[in-house]
Amino acid sequence: MSMLTAIIVLGVLALVFGLILGFAAVRFKVESDPIVDQIDAILPQTQCGQCGYPGCRPYAEAIANGDAINKCPPGGEATIKQLAELMGVEPQPLDAAHGTEDVKKVAVIREDECIGCTKCIQACPVDAILGAAKQMHTVIAHECTGCDLCVEPCPVDCIDMVPVPVRPENWQWNLEQIPVTVVESAK
Amino acid sequence: MSAINISAIEAGQLWSFHGGIHPPERKQLSNQTPIQTLPLSKTFVVPVKQHSGNSGEILVAVGDDVRAGQPLTQPGLQRGLPVHAPTSGTVLAIDEQPIAHPSGLTDLTITLAADGQDAWYPTTPCPDYQQLSRAELLERIQAAGIAGLGGAGFPSAQKLALQRPLEYLIINGVECEPYITADDRLMREHAAEIISGTEILMQVSGCNKALIAIEENKPEAIAIFTQLLSERAATASRIALRQVPVKYPSGGEKQLIEILTGRQVPSRGLPIDVGLLMHNVGTAFAIHQAIVLGIPLIQRVVTVTGEQVDKPGNYWVRLGTPVADLLAYAGFHETTGKAAQRVIMGGPMMGFALANLQVPVVKITNCLLLPSTTELAPAQQEMNCIRCGACADVCPAQLLPQQLQWLAKAKDYDGLEQQNLFDCIECGACAYVCPSEIPLVHYYRKAKAEIRNIAREKAKAEIARERFEARQERLEREKQERLERHRQAAEARKAAQAEAVAAGADNPQDAVQAAIARAKARKAAQAAAAAKANDSAEGESS
Repeated sequence: MSMLTAIIVLGVLALVFGLILGFAAVRFKVESDPIVDQIDAILPQTQCGQCGYPGCRPYAEAIANGDAINKCPPGGEATIKQLAELMGVEPQPLDAAHGTEDVKKVAVIREDECIGCTKCIQACPVDAILGAAKQMHTVIAHECTGCDLCVEPCPVDCIDMVPVPVRPENWQWNLEQIPVTVVESAK
Repeated sequence: MSAINISAIEAGQLWSFHGGIHPPERKQLSNQTPIQTLPLSKTFVVPVKQHSGNSGEILVAVGDDVRAGQPLTQPGLQRGLPVHAPTSGTVLAIDEQPIAHPSGLTDLTITLAADGQDAWYPTTPCPDYQQLSRAELLERIQAAGIAGLGGAGFPSAQKLALQRPLEYLIINGVECEPYITADDRLMREHAAEIISGTEILMQVSGCNKALIAIEENKPEAIAIFTQLLSERAATASRIALRQVPVKYPSGGEKQLIEILTGRQVPSRGLPIDVGLLMHNVGTAFAIHQAIVLGIPLIQRVVTVTGEQVDKPGNYWVRLGTPVADLLAYAGFHETTGKAAQRVIMGGPMMGFALANLQVPVVKITNCLLLPSTTELAPAQQEMNCIRCGACADVCPAQLLPQQLQWLAKAKDYDGLEQQNLFDCIECGACAYVCPSEIPLVHYYRKAKAEIRNIAREKAKAEIARERFEARQERLEREKQERLERHRQAAEARKAAQAEAVAAGADNPQDAVQAAIARAKARKAAQAAAAAKANDSAEGESS
């Protein structure tokens, strides 16, 4: 008899808690960021395609489906570290097959050589090149991601990738690299 | 709580802040002589940006004649702070020149060739400023190009424009960094103007109580202020003098607030969050000049000191004067000798070595220090941290310097932000006491720059993502439109055909059908012929 009571009581308790948990699961559902968005937020958005996918978002989708995390040269070590943390895998060195980490660059069109073919405009993934057919083109420097994609299609090779200049605002306090003038004193 | 706090502040109670150090002051070197006026240089290099924030838009062109005090830039769209011509002359060039920055990098500057006349641009003095509205006063302070002269160079009008309930205006005359005496001499010689500037600041900020804080090691300045305030009963009821004990860095904004009011400014907050506003004595003087006399900020007091100059002292220097000219006048000879010499802009604790002596004096230049090697030894070999904890004992921001150092070396930027790296005021107290000679502040500056850079990159990546997605959307839309156009064209063609048939023209479909029928008939005929041939062949063979 006592055994039956125990079974009934525990059964009722299980039912009640089950209902409460079930209700909570529906009522307090946490809307989490889909993993692809989280990965996309870490990627540098250069849209350069060096990873083999047409843009950062496709690569983010590929990573979410299990692709390697070390195919992004513009992001470099820092991005790999963040991705490894997010995906719960060991950080790997950058896959050299996809390129190597480089200083940040920006495309510059040598404007007097431009023939106005619009090929670079079509290649630019972020619409950072301004111009029209048979008119001179120019790069909107602060929108350029330095992806390199406009260089190859140019039929007259008038696009240069130049490193982003260091300004007092974005200087990195590398004191060792400053040529401090040591002047000699008479005293 | 607040009422008790206010009565304690009124009673003149002083509090203390955590940590701090007592380095040798060495102020006697330069505070014994009155401020001298530096003769005009032949050329002036005026950086367009001399403060923190945006720069203005350039108003002059190469070859223009300008007069002293004439604005060279205007606030423009970015609401930047204007800069003014330091003397009369001709604009020689507008280009990139080395500026007074620790990096030794170049920035946009306007180079003037002085004509020696020092003719003035018309000024608009306003001795009865009480008649002016708050907005007009702010406009004048902005137009005079006044930035905080204490160090950071934040535009004063922007600081004053914040409207929040204020309990006290604090005028900072502490000048706690060793060697520097520019504010000390200014207070001794121009106390009346500083008090006048304080009154203007009180009117603009809508605050009816002010505290002037002076460190105890400046007895002459304290005596003059005490005397002036006792002579003016009306002023003395609103402005009180406070003597602050000698400790470095008492002159830091948050540290002085804690000393005077016992309140702590919240992390990443502003003094206004605790009902206070702080301006430097130099700024108060500049505001008096700008409002009462109508003179924009074109000169400041610069301390030139150290054992390597013949005439250490304070000088009125026009902004844009090359550092080399000032040093030559003060008796520093650049010759070949035995002792290697650094030129430090700022004080020994927070200053930086200049990469180039042609850089100009700007709004935030308070001191040029030329120490002998016995005075200020060159940087020693950095050794390992021994976890002695001396740095944490002296940190005025109550941070954990050694922890920050390790996190900075490991590039753990999240960890650094959790440890409140951005509350570090870079006072250098930790590096001063470090027995292992670790240049701690350098690590923090580097990490701060890196964190800011990451934030900038992140913002840029966000824009790139939006542009990429907008482009993808556009391409997709264009593709759909193209398909739609093709479909519509095909339909239009069909409709036109149907119309033509209805109108009695040959239906092209009929021709097609006829051709198909012909082809079928031909095939059938061929098949019949083949069958017949087969039959006959079979007949022959059988």
